[in-house]
Amino acid sequence: MEAKKIIEAQHICKSFYDPIEVKVLNEVSLTINVGEFVSIIGKSGCGKSTLLYILSTMDTNYTGSLSIDGVDMKGKKDADLAIVRNEKIGFVFQFHYLLNEFNNLTNVMLPGLKLNMISKAEIEHVAYEKLKILGIESEALKMPNQLSGGQKQRVAIARALINNPLIIMGDEPTGNLDKKNSDIVFATFKELAETYHQSLLIVTHDNDFAKKSHRIIEMEDGKIIGS
Amino acid sequence: MNIPLITKISISLLKARLKQTMVAAFGVTFSITMFIALLSFMAGLNDLLDNLILNRTPHIRLYNEILATKIQPINSTQLFSSSYNFVQHVKPKEDILAIKNSQAIINYLQKDKNVLGVAPKLIVPIFYNVGIINLTGVINGIDVDAENSLFAFNDYVMEGNTIALKNIPNSIILGIGAAKKMLIQLGDNIQITTITGERFSLKVVGFFQSGIEELDKVQSYTTLATTQKILSKPNSYITDIQLKLIDINKAPIIATQYKELFSTEATDIQTANAQFETGSSVRTLISYAVGITLLIVAGFGIYNILNMMIYEKMDSIAILKATGFSGKDVNRIFITIALTIGIVGGLMGLVFGLGLSASIAQIPFSTASLPKVKTYPINYNPKFYVIGAIFSLVTTYFAGYFPSKKASKIDPVDIIRGK
Repeated sequence: MEAKKIIEAQHICKSFYDPIEVKVLNEVSLTINVGEFVSIIGKSGCGKSTLLYILSTMDTNYTGSLSIDGVDMKGKKDADLAIVRNEKIGFVFQFHYLLNEFNNLTNVMLPGLKLNMISKAEIEHVAYEKLKILGIESEALKMPNQLSGGQKQRVAIARALINNPLIIMGDEPTGNLDKKNSDIVFATFKELAETYHQSLLIVTHDNDFAKKSHRIIEMEDGKIIGS
Repeated sequence: MNIPLITKISISLLKARLKQTMVAAFGVTFSITMFIALLSFMAGLNDLLDNLILNRTPHIRLYNEILATKIQPINSTQLFSSSYNFVQHVKPKEDILAIKNSQAIINYLQKDKNVLGVAPKLIVPIFYNVGIINLTGVINGIDVDAENSLFAFNDYVMEGNTIALKNIPNSIILGIGAAKKMLIQLGDNIQITTITGERFSLKVVGFFQSGIEELDKVQSYTTLATTQKILSKPNSYITDIQLKLIDINKAPIIATQYKELFSTEATDIQTANAQFETGSSVRTLISYAVGITLLIVAGFGIYNILNMMIYEKMDSIAILKATGFSGKDVNRIFITIALTIGIVGGLMGLVFGLGLSASIAQIPFSTASLPKVKTYPINYNPKFYVIGAIFSLVTTYFAGYFPSKKASKIDPVDIIRGK
């Protein structure tokens, strides 16, 4: 049986026009299947992050076609794309982006509360479970600024997991971390992929990190040069 | 839409910037307080000044005037209809000032649904006799009950009372100025002479102060029956019919109708006192302008604080959008913040406004022309509170609208990639 496709992108092109036209992405096509742990590598400025933001639906200014979970994303409204991100995609960025006004537990719960599919108590239960997977359930009631960098990043991963997304996207998730912490984060991703069959799409410039993933997509000058 | 979640996020953002939001809310509170106090005070003052005139001026007055005949006999005949007729040295004709068929008119008016009340009146010029001196005066024969209910006559009687006027035969309530001139005490008898030379003795049962000195030196009041007795006229003899209408604004139209219907003269209050309404409306306009200016200034305060908050919370907005909050949700969060400031500040403003008005109402204020007024007048009209509440919401909404719009337009990619 053929694996189910989560993301299918075809002929994605994107240009920046300021100050002169620069083609960042040129006819990029790729497919990501359920359960895959994919990393995108390439030199700085090769368009890997740009591609990720297009795949994540946050950037809508491109040509080509993109479908997530079999649904075409082209021409969807801002609000509908927000729902797609909420339901189907989890994000981990280089910076943790936790809201300092809320404790860690609430930070994890926020996307779940937004989705509003299950009761608050259930969301809280799920949030605790996710924190447990990441080994930081004891920090749940602390505020984000009371945690170390690595712990914050793990809370951010728990937040990405809260709605059981089809795929987790990461933009240099270990970029801000020291060796020890980035190993922990990598181990977490690996565990998610292998134990929970979570699909992952991670942009990185760290070749060691990429080598440990299932599939590497290498980019250069806006094109995929190896997969 | 998930209102509890939006509210929760808004409240946390508010709490994170508690001091600033409190300053913003205080701006709204201050402006609403001043708005309420200013309008209540101004309206109170307007009422006071209007009542000076309105209380004692009938909406419509029916009376007869000595006039020349409008159509001279020569114009009535066909013989000279094709020529120009010049009549020189026309004199007013002799006519009685009393309103003809007055009882029938009063009965008719009492049934008219536009009319709030009818008060007949008989005005007679007389002389007060003090020793060998005669002072000119005017006696108003009034229906005491009607005068009390329609023109608050009671309020202007300083000593004695109107019941005595009604119950004691041949009694008079004297203008305070006239009483002072004549050195009259309550209970004294005074002599008056009519213009036809008849003398009459009246017992003083009260003093009247209108606040207009010239009037108080001349005017005095007796019952209609007493005045008719002085003049030896029947009890249908009256010179004025005073009307209060349910809607004062209809006075000019109704006055014209009655003029035709009863063939008397009829003046309405608008024509008689054209200036008083202008003053009131200008004062009200100024207070509204000042109040609304205050609110708009408060609105700019909120606008600034929200703008700053959005710059500070750029990251939070970006991540909210990345994790599935739409532009609309972000917009709602900031509108909620603005409205919370507006509602809290506005409510406090309403309460403080009431308090400030109440304390203004305690400040002593006395003026000779307004004997019953002891403190500054305040009008506690709920309308001002409703307007204040609505305006505080509207201005804060608009103050929040533009920053919220900006927040909802933030592109998360720009923020996240910019790091």
